[in-house]
Amino acid sequence: MVSGGVFFQRESAMPQPSISKTMTAGESGLALIFAVTAFLCVVASAKALDAPFAFHAALSAAASLAAVFFIINNYYDRPAALPAAEINGRPNYNMGPIKFSSFMAMFWGIAGFLVGLIIASQLAWPALNFDLPWIQFGRLRPLHTSAVIFAFGGNVLLATSFYVVQKSCHVRLAGYIAPWFVVVGYNFFILIAGTGYLLGVTQGKEYAEPEWYSDLWLTIVWVTYLLVFLVTIIKRKEPHIFVANWFYLAFIVTIAVLHLGNNPALPVSFFGSKSYIAWGGIQDAMFQWWYGHNAVGFFLTAGFLAIMYYFIPKRAERPIYSYRLSIIHFWALIFLYIWAGPHHLHYTALPDWTQTLGMTFSIMLWMPSWGGMINGLMTLSGAWDKLRTDPVLRMLVVSVAFYGMSTFEGPMMSIKVVNSLSHYTDWTIGHVHSGALGWVGFVSFGALYCLVPWAWNRKGLYSLKLVNWHFWIATLGIVLYISAMWVSGILQGLMWRAYTSLGFLEYSFIETVEAMHPFYVIRAAGGALFLIGALIMAYNLWMTVRVGEQEVQMPVALQPAE
Amino acid sequence: MSFWTRHQVFEKNSIILVVGILLVIAIGGLVEITPLFYLKSTIEVVDGVRPYTPLELAGRNIYVREGCYLCHSQMIRPLRDEVERYGHFSLAAESMFDHPFQWGSKRTGPDLARVGAKYSDDWHVTHLTNPRAIVPQSVMPGYPFLAQTEVDPDTIADHMRTLRTVGVPYTDDQIANAAADMKAQADPDNAGADAFTKRYAKAVVRNFDGKTGTPTEMDALIAYLQMLGTLVDFKIYNEKANLR
Repeated sequence: MVSGGVFFQRESAMPQPSISKTMTAGESGLALIFAVTAFLCVVASAKALDAPFAFHAALSAAASLAAVFFIINNYYDRPAALPAAEINGRPNYNMGPIKFSSFMAMFWGIAGFLVGLIIASQLAWPALNFDLPWIQFGRLRPLHTSAVIFAFGGNVLLATSFYVVQKSCHVRLAGYIAPWFVVVGYNFFILIAGTGYLLGVTQGKEYAEPEWYSDLWLTIVWVTYLLVFLVTIIKRKEPHIFVANWFYLAFIVTIAVLHLGNNPALPVSFFGSKSYIAWGGIQDAMFQWWYGHNAVGFFLTAGFLAIMYYFIPKRAERPIYSYRLSIIHFWALIFLYIWAGPHHLHYTALPDWTQTLGMTFSIMLWMPSWGGMINGLMTLSGAWDKLRTDPVLRMLVVSVAFYGMSTFEGPMMSIKVVNSLSHYTDWTIGHVHSGALGWVGFVSFGALYCLVPWAWNRKGLYSLKLVNWHFWIATLGIVLYISAMWVSGILQGLMWRAYTSLGFLEYSFIETVEAMHPFYVIRAAGGALFLIGALIMAYNLWMTVRVGEQEVQMPVALQPAE
Repeated sequence: MSFWTRHQVFEKNSIILVVGILLVIAIGGLVEITPLFYLKSTIEVVDGVRPYTPLELAGRNIYVREGCYLCHSQMIRPLRDEVERYGHFSLAAESMFDHPFQWGSKRTGPDLARVGAKYSDDWHVTHLTNPRAIVPQSVMPGYPFLAQTEVDPDTIADHMRTLRTVGVPYTDDQIANAAADMKAQADPDNAGADAFTKRYAKAVVRNFDGKTGTPTEMDALIAYLQMLGTLVDFKIYNEKANLR
């Protein structure tokens, strides 16, 4: 859909001189569907009951028209034959959607880190809320979480999964328009969801804030994603499905299940943004944290473990440490993770039996998590010296170390007595960020540092020195962030339950808020460092694409199957 | 044939792999979630919990819209310090009509499950407009714009109808009178105030924001905050009957 620019290179078709040019069923069908959608969105915009819905409908109408234009324009521009699946016996890999997602990942990453820095500063200096509805903490916080998890993380997963599935199956990505529909459609979902938060459109469920119409759109995009990924695997030239693809599949399939389970909502009107969720009270709480914890387990863990299983062996030029361990890792991880949700509801009105099950499985989850960490780290056997010279590999390996740390901390915090102290405090925020910044952030950065030169056909990165700077600045930022949150969280938890010798509560609530101030400042400083690191990265990747030396195409030797 | 050889059926067949994944991830959710819909002990039997009044519902929607749940929990745990700080621990029954639930996960500010009737309406108006005017160390954002925006009494019945479809027991009477009830709750002089209080037990009729005319978002939000945790009378609540 995006023609020209840095993403899309005209792909040479097989020389077939006499072929009459016709629209594919996908092209004509989609153009028609988008034209109808544009009309429906105009109607919806005109009949809208609230301003945000009118805005979103108008935005959707404009996007649908743009889609029609790009499909038709691309049809007139393209050669009669669609891009060939193979050229001279080598798979003709489809890099366009990968480039687009990599670019969007970097864009949303910086936006998400920036909003994170803003809300961290708002907690330290509340005047920064400016008494305005659109930029107050309660609306910006979902924007931050969605931007970093779903926009940054999601685009990294889209880009890497489309790359890994092609390379490990030795086949071109399935579909002609479908992969573009997935990457552009997904980013349009982010746009609708994000602008919605600022306008006060939210379901009020953490990490599942987008309203009913965004959820419906995401469902369509996600099913297409699953189909593109699965059909590519089905067309593979290798007998075995590579380990990373198991993890990507588990991530895609489970996120679909979680999304559908947590979001059944009834709109008040089909021309308004507000809906009410089908589940209520305790059942809603359980559905929410079944979803919420497994968004961590399958979006932020399984998906990024797939990255670990492809990019670390590739970068270290060593095989995966143990294939059998990866089999056990895979099944144990996905089986155990799904049970862990109730640990977010310890000591609440959720029945004790559910809480105990959640805690038990959360503790067991420690084992497959560390199994995976060991598999990733030990892949460096015989190549540890590369950590000295390759800062990209160092980033990937340190991410796995952070993964090990937060998957130890998680089971510990799921123990009820520990949770009675840590719950509701900043300790949880610190835990999340050691995983999000250290694990997801670093493994994504490492993967993008590998992927951008590969996808754009460059010999290497513009500057390894800048990667080194990024690594150390970001690491310092993470250390500041998580240690500030550990101290503030445990301090606040202890202050809440402190008693005087006479048996009175020692601190009023506001005294515990006041005590947090210095740590909120340190946290904001840590976040600022992390953002600076990402800006250095964006510059480095930009220069890699702009001025990097072209890699000469070599005929690839087929790799042995895993 | 060893386990590792048998496992190849997953490694070589993508559809079997997808089915395997679906089966493995289904178990935990099914075991933990489905019993919550039929086990009688899940939600306590308790008197007093009723659906929100139209004004309270509008206030709750503002609470959700502004993301209050991101800093305030509504779930008091049965721990000594929490019970002393906030009151009786929260019951499942107290949030059974909540779509969505708003238990929260973080206390940047205090728990609000029993904030109702704890402060005056004036206190809330001043505090919501500028929190630091009352609590200098507070880090809460100010919400002065709530007082300038009116709520819409005409659409609230549609909201109640939607909620009834998802299981909240609003009566036909309550839905038919939704718009009038919404105005009546914020206006003690309103002729419909008596009929309103008959429809909603323990509902409070007051001019919450101190201004006359159509209720504002400030009225609605304060009406909601002032009823939180006030519906169950714990003097007559039988804890033993609800042991789980």
